[in-house]
Amino acid sequence: MHGEMVVPHATTCVALRFADGVVMAGDRRATSGNLISHRGMEKVVQADLHSGVAIAGAAGPAMEMIKLFQLQLEHYEKVEGSALSLEGKANQLSMMVRGNLPAAMQGMVVVPIFAGYDLRRGTGRLFTYDVTGGRYEEHDFVATGSGMLHAGTVIKIGWRDSLDRAAAVALACRGLWEAADADSATGGPDVLRGIYPVVATITHDGWSRLGDAELVTAFDSIASEVRSR
Amino acid sequence: MNMPFYVAPEQVMKDRADYARKGIARGRALVAVRYDDGIALVAENPSNTLRKISEIYDRIAFAGVGKYNEFDQLRVAGVRAADLKGFQYSRDDVDARSLANNYAQILGQIFTHEMKPMEVEILVAEVGRAPADDQLFHILYDGTVVDERRYSVLGGDAEAIGGRMKETFADGQALPAAVQEATRALSGAERTLLATDLEVAVLSRSGGRRCFRRLSDETVAAALAG
Repeated sequence: MHGEMVVPHATTCVALRFADGVVMAGDRRATSGNLISHRGMEKVVQADLHSGVAIAGAAGPAMEMIKLFQLQLEHYEKVEGSALSLEGKANQLSMMVRGNLPAAMQGMVVVPIFAGYDLRRGTGRLFTYDVTGGRYEEHDFVATGSGMLHAGTVIKIGWRDSLDRAAAVALACRGLWEAADADSATGGPDVLRGIYPVVATITHDGWSRLGDAELVTAFDSIASEVRSR
Repeated sequence: MNMPFYVAPEQVMKDRADYARKGIARGRALVAVRYDDGIALVAENPSNTLRKISEIYDRIAFAGVGKYNEFDQLRVAGVRAADLKGFQYSRDDVDARSLANNYAQILGQIFTHEMKPMEVEILVAEVGRAPADDQLFHILYDGTVVDERRYSVLGGDAEAIGGRMKETFADGQALPAAVQEATRALSGAERTLLATDLEVAVLSRSGGRRCFRRLSDETVAAALAG
């Protein structure tokens, strides 16, 4: 396209609900046009103890938005002495996405996924957004970014109610794997450099990011399954 | 035209200081004490919802005694200043010393220029990455800042409580021992304070990014029993 600014873009993220809460996962690649601009980007970020954000879109504004979002949640918690409800956090993010609309019209689109554990309802919840700040709650799973179709389809087929943690993590990893396989802007597990997607669970006990060792096992089993076909 | 009566500035200041001191002495006291993994803050506070101790930033806590609405106002101003600075620059740039200076400015300004001084005494505590970097800034109603090393006592009867702390304080105590010591200093020999009479929080060096943590009544009861 003529005269279009090429800025780093973040790509595929998914989130799904399981028995104890939610799993969030995102690949690590940022792309500028056809180039890989960053191999270690973290698009799935902890927002506060019981929630996380995953972003797809222009990396700069998205990171800035997340930083401000984290600050607002923490600031509210400190001033009021108790954390916002999950619903309140989701609405807050909605307003921030809406605030980015002028930039989105110029191509700096930021579309996050918000996921967390709702302590009042005792369940994991997922929210997805459009560029105008529209907030949509998803019941089972959600995917965003350039590889969303592939990742989303894999998860749609594999999703069952009340998956256990291991099955939910495996399904999220499989979704990213297939997205990386078919979408050039999505990065797969980078065995050479030891860079693996960010995968985290959010349950009653809060946010917990999976260690590399567990991810190596998860992706190894996918690889060996694919090889054995 | 009516001329106001002349009152010597010494007298004005003395009256204001007496007024503030009286207000502070009416409330219950608070002790902050260093222990092996950080700083413990122990306040006599039967309320479970109206806090005297709270989190300001990753490694910084705030404690206030005296008039609740006044120190709460200062607390919120501190949280705002710290969050703003951390967002604008970096989380590493937020420190207790500059916050304590801010508070001293506010309190000093109000003490000299307003009709009524603030009836508060506050503490800004920061847990360092190494024990030697722990800091306790005790700020008085008139903006006086005292930099304390080992423990700090705020509020009514501070002298007697400080005396008891001085006798028992030892460097590098474990948390239960420190909580016990602070509680004994607060209560004195005649009274016994139970976990439900206390509000206890710690800034724990090993607590990750946000070092501030409140201790539940059960944890405090266990510490007092041990």
